[in-house]
Amino acid sequence: MEQNNKKQNKTMGMGKTIRRLLQYVTGKYRIQLIAVFICILVSSLASVVGSLFTRTLIDDYITPMLSQEVANFTPLLHILMLMGVIYLSGAISNYIYNRLMVVIGQTVQKNIRDDMFTHMQRLPIRYFDTHAFGDIMSRYTNDIDTLRQMISQSIPQMFSSLTTIICVAIAMLITSIPLTIVVAVITGIMILTLKTITGHSRRYFIQQQIALGKVNAYTEEMMNGQKVVKVFCYEEEAKAKFDDLNEELFDKANKANTFANILMPILGNIGNLQYALIAIVGGLIAINGYAGMSVGIIASFLQLSRSFSGPIGQISQQLNAVIMALAGAERIFQLLDEEPEEDEGYVTLVNAVEKDGELVESEKRTGLWAWKHPHGDGTITYAKMTGDIRFFDVDFGYVPHKTVLHDISLYARPGEKIAFVGSTGAGKTTITNLINRFYDITDGKIRYDGININKIKKDDLRRSLGVVLQDTNLFTGTIKENIRYGKLDATDEEVITAAKLANAHHFISLLPDGYDTVLEDAGDGLSQGQKQLLSIARAAVADPPAMILDEATSSIDTRTELIVQKGMDSLMKGRTVLVIAHRLSTIQNSDAIMVLDHGRIIERGNHEELVKQKGTYYQLYTGAFELE
Amino acid sequence: MIKQLSRCIKEYKKESLLAPLFMSVEVVLEISIPYFMSKIIDHGLNKGNQGYVARTGTLLVFAALLSLIFGALSGKFSAKASTGFAKNLRKEMYHNIQNFSFSNIDKFSTSSLVTRMTTDVTNVQNAYQMIIRVMVRSVLMQVFCIVMVLRINADLALIFALAIPILGVGLFIIITKAHPIFEKVFRTYDKLNRVVQENVRGIRVVKSYVREDREIEKFETVSNEIYRNFTRAEKILAFNSPMMQIVMYACLISIFWAGGHKIVAGSLTTGQLMSLITYVTQSLFSLMMLSMVFVMIIISKASIQRIGEVLVEESDLHSPKDPIMEVKDGSIEFNHVSFSYTGDENKECLKDIHFSLASGETLGIIGETGSAKSSLVQLIPRLYDITEGSLKVGGVETKDYDLEVLREHVAMVLQKNVLFSGTIKENLRWGNPNATDEELIHVCKLAQAHEFIMEFKEGYDTFIEQGGSNVSGGQRQRLCIARALLKKPKILILDDSTSAVDTKTDAKLQAAFLQEIPDTTKITIAQRISSVENADKILILNEGRVHAIGSHEELLKTNTIYQELYYTQKKGGDEHGTEQ
Repeated sequence: MEQNNKKQNKTMGMGKTIRRLLQYVTGKYRIQLIAVFICILVSSLASVVGSLFTRTLIDDYITPMLSQEVANFTPLLHILMLMGVIYLSGAISNYIYNRLMVVIGQTVQKNIRDDMFTHMQRLPIRYFDTHAFGDIMSRYTNDIDTLRQMISQSIPQMFSSLTTIICVAIAMLITSIPLTIVVAVITGIMILTLKTITGHSRRYFIQQQIALGKVNAYTEEMMNGQKVVKVFCYEEEAKAKFDDLNEELFDKANKANTFANILMPILGNIGNLQYALIAIVGGLIAINGYAGMSVGIIASFLQLSRSFSGPIGQISQQLNAVIMALAGAERIFQLLDEEPEEDEGYVTLVNAVEKDGELVESEKRTGLWAWKHPHGDGTITYAKMTGDIRFFDVDFGYVPHKTVLHDISLYARPGEKIAFVGSTGAGKTTITNLINRFYDITDGKIRYDGININKIKKDDLRRSLGVVLQDTNLFTGTIKENIRYGKLDATDEEVITAAKLANAHHFISLLPDGYDTVLEDAGDGLSQGQKQLLSIARAAVADPPAMILDEATSSIDTRTELIVQKGMDSLMKGRTVLVIAHRLSTIQNSDAIMVLDHGRIIERGNHEELVKQKGTYYQLYTGAFELE
Repeated sequence: MIKQLSRCIKEYKKESLLAPLFMSVEVVLEISIPYFMSKIIDHGLNKGNQGYVARTGTLLVFAALLSLIFGALSGKFSAKASTGFAKNLRKEMYHNIQNFSFSNIDKFSTSSLVTRMTTDVTNVQNAYQMIIRVMVRSVLMQVFCIVMVLRINADLALIFALAIPILGVGLFIIITKAHPIFEKVFRTYDKLNRVVQENVRGIRVVKSYVREDREIEKFETVSNEIYRNFTRAEKILAFNSPMMQIVMYACLISIFWAGGHKIVAGSLTTGQLMSLITYVTQSLFSLMMLSMVFVMIIISKASIQRIGEVLVEESDLHSPKDPIMEVKDGSIEFNHVSFSYTGDENKECLKDIHFSLASGETLGIIGETGSAKSSLVQLIPRLYDITEGSLKVGGVETKDYDLEVLREHVAMVLQKNVLFSGTIKENLRWGNPNATDEELIHVCKLAQAHEFIMEFKEGYDTFIEQGGSNVSGGQRQRLCIARALLKKPKILILDDSTSAVDTKTDAKLQAAFLQEIPDTTKITIAQRISSVENADKILILNEGRVHAIGSHEELLKTNTIYQELYYTQKKGGDEHGTEQ
């Protein structure tokens, strides 16, 4: 009962998926689709007529000539010409529908792909934090590809096969009812065989995928630690374990492939058996003179029976592809159904000039930014953007009822540097996630330049905050392009100035192509420290009033850090900065240091005050504690 | 490349031969069926010979049954042959990777090795199966059909002989035109994947800089390129099926026309005409299958290439012929050593390194990011070969040792240290598979790991997740040190291995080393002065050269870089560092 319900749910889900897919297909291409179906029909009919033609040809055109005194070939010529026309129209229709389907299949694929990416850009950070990276990726590769195959190949082929089956069935019925019964019985056997074998092969294919996943995971882990393997001379053990997993994969793959492989010979030879049986049964009937059976009838029936068993095998094969593709489509629609980031903000960031002590909006880039605040009564006020950040009793939890930040209150006045210290999981990064609204707070209030951040348009809020993270996340492209990511219209001079500020200029100029050096694989050729310098330069070129530095210098050695620090200090000058660092040396000069523990601020003050307190900070500072 | 790969067929040669052999029996039987059919029509039906129909019919049924059995067996063998081949490919690759030296490993990224061992192998497996099944079948079918057609009527075979080259040339043109475009499509796919990958990984950056629209634009440019090329390639392929139909239909009509004349003239029977038609259809279809196989092979060409690269990659480090099997002591001697990753003299990252350490001495190495500290220590267990000069361990050139012996005695904790999924015990035993529990506890106490391990509910049986993600950075580092200690090495190298350990624990660890393993030569790379200041010697590395070497006191007196570092780190107490 329960299983039944499940099954029903599944088919209902599938029905919905198919409907949504159809919307993609029928949306723009209604006329083309009708053309495609007509063409498929014509092309299948042409091939069916071709099969029937054998009989007519022998019975009505060639055999009569044998009894003529002088054989008259004109009727044969005519009928052959007619056939030529039919065949040709079949071939042309075949080309037309194939050609149309190429465009339809590719367009649908492209539209879904683009929709998916566009939608993904609008998803909240939460989505990316809760979904495995490989899982998201495979939607763009495996899922879309199987979908394209289904649309451009499986569906037309199934439709064509179905048309052929129906036409052939009708033709068979017209030709000979007794022989049709023979075919029907054998077809029944075929379908049963099909079902059993595909059931087995599907089961083993699933097991094969699981075994493949294990091999994949093991290889990934070991390859990642390959250098450790070498250092410990662990090669033999690593081989032995791999061989076991590999053997298991072989076993499953072998079984799955065996079942898949024997399907075709079995189906094909059942077709041959059918062929032989029809010959015997038909032959016996013909010889005994029942039911007006002629040699021609048997001949064309034999031809028909071939056209009948072929498409059944084809449909069964395509059916597997369709089921797989629909499963993929479902995953794609899941992503498309994710709720995008909401933005009910209406306060925007505009360029401004000061006129007579008042801010006035400006079209040009002025270097002075203001918050444009439309009010309910239709008036608009402007407030200068200064980078004043305040938290009032903020509570937050990633999941309901599991608060990770409690009662956070803090004030960062323009130009101040506020540091966060605490062990992993204390909530440091979470706080920064709240300021740029990657996540929304559960309780309390955050004000930015006196405006509740919920009222500010997210894009404008984020544009006013520079971020440098521990994960540098550079993009494939030149160094220049990577720095320019911070400000798309930055001039070369601005880029270089920013690089100098971050102390990246020196190493960049040593690279063979300088600023035009192409970074591949997210800057794999650079050291972690160099990558961090680039990401600092990227933030510098954006020139925001407030900045968040999350472990921005963790991978730079202390000596280089000293140098970077100078750049960082000039970068931070006049800006509000929230900084998270493991090395206490980098934050000693902060205006305020917040020590976080389990989501609460347990100590606050500047360096001297905290040292005097002799609390947690003091212990950390003297090395009595290990940050974890 | 193909030779390299085909060597991996190994024990599946039997199946690889049986599959096509059984397949050919199936083909012969299948081909004979239309032949008997024509006999039934001509000798049985047309002459009203009931007995003949029944006899030949039964024969046909048997033929079909036999053909079924052989076909199924062939399918079974080819499944075993191709999946077995794939298994061997994976195994050979994996085993060869185990022989890789560090410089070999640097050449391939982890993800590319994994793809080569999975996706690429699957492609080759499918192609191989296609070759031993479908290709053999198609070629045989082709040959038999031609033979049969010739036997029935040589004149009509001419029509057929004309059709095959036309179709062949047509298919050739289509494939050669479409193939380069397909290759371009695949390359663009890589680009698309990269855009998505970088986007997803860097989504925080994208959103922080409000660059969603730019990302979408970037994506759509690549997406459009795929669309354009893919459509172009598939439009060419769209000619395939109609061309095939036209040639086949033209062939059939011609045969009907010529056959009609021959029947009237009495040189052909209706039954023969029927089987001719069947053979021609079958032959052209098999040609079509053949073209599909070729497309598959071409697609898997890239995979073959990529697998071959791993298989032919030879380790550039080998044990010598008569290796020295014992490391006498832990002394180290660098004699004007230079080193370059590429072997290129102009790209040397270490230049003229010259110093020595007596057995049991401790050495601290400090230097800026990129000053080649890690490169220097990796030469000692011969993870890379030096380019110039000589490097002796225990008074013997490192090149003269058996590699395994040398590495057994030179334990190294890498900067990028990795724990593997498994219990703590299992991870530690990497250092020595036969270690007793007491030995485990002893080294963990030395590495200051015992305490926190005992705090876990399961103690030493605590399961470590992949990459050690369920222990903290400092804990991971101490476990890695314990793992190395278990080897009871003569030389112990710590490459920035205590960066996440607090200074107090770090100090305890150093003290324990001095006390418990005084005879072991210890080399420590560190960012913190406090981690190295008690060493016998401290080496300052600058841009690949020894900038200075000496004791803490000496350097503090004479060296400006050292002074600068020392005073910035000591200012107002211990510098505290817990990176990563």
